[in-house]
Amino acid sequence: MAALLAVLVGGLYACGLYLLLRRNLIKLLLGLVLLGHAANVLIFSAPGVVRGRAPLVGEGELAPPPDAADPVPQALILTAIVIGFAVVAFAAVLARRVFEVVGTDDPDAMGDAQ
Amino acid sequence: MSGSWLIVLPVLAPLAAAAAGLLAWRAPRTQGALALGGSLAQVGVAAALLAKVSAGGVQVAQLGSWPAPFGITLAADLLGAVMAVVTGVIGLAVTIYSLADIDEGRRAFGYFPLVQVLLAGVAAAFLTGDLFNLYVCFEVLLMASFVLLALGGQRAQMAGALAYVTLNLLSSALFLAGVGLIYGVTRSLNMAELHLRLAAVAASQPELTVALAGVFLVAFGIKAAVFPLYTWLPASYHTPPVAVSALLAGLLTKVGVYALIRILTLVFPPLPGVPTFLLGVAALTMVFGVLGAVAMYETRRILSFHIVSQIGYMVMGLALIGSPEPAVGAAGLAAAVFYVVHHILVKANLFLVAGLANRVGGSFQLAQLGGLAARAPWLALLFLIPAGSLAGVPPLSGFWAKLAVIRAGLEAGAWLAVTAALAAGLLTVLSMVKIWTEGFWKPAPQQTSQPAPLCRRRLGLLVAPSVALAVLTLAIGLHPRPLWDLSRRAAAQLLDPAAYVAAVAGHGADRASPPAREVAP
Repeated sequence: MAALLAVLVGGLYACGLYLLLRRNLIKLLLGLVLLGHAANVLIFSAPGVVRGRAPLVGEGELAPPPDAADPVPQALILTAIVIGFAVVAFAAVLARRVFEVVGTDDPDAMGDAQ
Repeated sequence: MSGSWLIVLPVLAPLAAAAAGLLAWRAPRTQGALALGGSLAQVGVAAALLAKVSAGGVQVAQLGSWPAPFGITLAADLLGAVMAVVTGVIGLAVTIYSLADIDEGRRAFGYFPLVQVLLAGVAAAFLTGDLFNLYVCFEVLLMASFVLLALGGQRAQMAGALAYVTLNLLSSALFLAGVGLIYGVTRSLNMAELHLRLAAVAASQPELTVALAGVFLVAFGIKAAVFPLYTWLPASYHTPPVAVSALLAGLLTKVGVYALIRILTLVFPPLPGVPTFLLGVAALTMVFGVLGAVAMYETRRILSFHIVSQIGYMVMGLALIGSPEPAVGAAGLAAAVFYVVHHILVKANLFLVAGLANRVGGSFQLAQLGGLAARAPWLALLFLIPAGSLAGVPPLSGFWAKLAVIRAGLEAGAWLAVTAALAAGLLTVLSMVKIWTEGFWKPAPQQTSQPAPLCRRRLGLLVAPSVALAVLTLAIGLHPRPLWDLSRRAAAQLLDPAAYVAAVAGHGADRASPPAREVAP
């Protein structure tokens, strides 16, 4: 499972960076989305993947069983997803404004215009 | 618990002003007054916090009263407190300037609350004791800066904002990945706890630790705009209104430098090879930044490139912590802290003065400026103080900052970096002289359109922040001892994190009554 996730993370990073380097605003946006996903899956898998043992505190217990899945990475990812959602929403609006104002969706052409 | 409340206040004050500003959405005037109040309050509480940290050592607050490794820790050491004070000062200066400078369109879209959110994010980044929380603070301040940069933009501003947003989001994604990896290795994100756990990891797996540090170095390197990751900065910082430029130029890259300092002193143990690598990066940053500035003929572009070059000096001071002599490392780090404080005040001021020159002379282009020394001698004086300070002319603050960095570099035997620092210093003089001769001394070009004269009240609001910052620069220059002592104490605290760690852990211990009563039936 960990190996599969490692390949997935690597693939997401590769696709994200490739899209960032394309000369197109929408692809740039999708690249940023993929990079965010890659980071989230990485956080999820880095502490080790535990299957089928939820970190629930049993009745009369003070702590979840020691071999349960770590809940902290999931909390981190939840926060990161919310932040990422807001940031991507802003970036999408910015991309549209840039296209309206500059009249091109090619970031290289914008550089020349400055 | 008064100490812990004090830590929260430099974040809460601007945040409250921003929230109140959002409620007063249709009344930009009220928003301006609220922003002024928020910034004043931030300066006040940050100064009180600094006094408390200076007298009583590291201050810690556990939000929600969860003990140290579980809850979110806020911790203020001398460095964090000093940076919070400077944040407040720059926020106040920029808010006053904005009252007369920012147009109605931007005000109507919440310019003042956004500035306050940015200030809250920056202060929170300086005061947090938790790595993931640092990421959240970065996102808060970035989001505010994105909107400020793009607000009401024309062509150049939109293109600049795009470059800025893309590269900063890339840096954030890397930072987040680093947070995940570091949690995977240590099962902790509390900086004080990381200090202990990473030392153990470094003993058994040194390569893993260096690789982890590498992720953070790249992420914070983009934010701090070091060579070769600085390209987003000169592409974007000259495009928004000058008040926004001053705010971003003064504070944001320095948040990156702060994060580098924090990571390399508190979080990670001394890493072999990393300081030497940073020293090389610092030398290249100084040289490439200043070469970019020499090639530019627009005041804000020149100043943007100088940010990059000056970041190099700060990173050089930080890199000296790798010196085998502890005293040299402490001197280098103290120089870096001194440099950061001096630079924030001077750089923000230079952008404000460039804005004044634009108001008086009608342009940011050096070719279209001229005769400002004759037309506005007060402006010439206002320019000379920060410009001389940036270039390192004695007895201004920049002279002491550069002297401290270069002296520490000489003691460490870092000849190449010292050479680069001296050469970059000379070229800084050259490009400041270029602005002086072109903008102030040469006769005014014939065809310039004279901008409309400003009313007395607006001019006062525009000039007052520059005068105040110039006075601060002069005061540091003529009497550098207090700030230098503070920097040295901050550096000593950073290099011996035992007090910080004990404060965070101890604070948890005394309230670590087990949560049994909450769980028991």
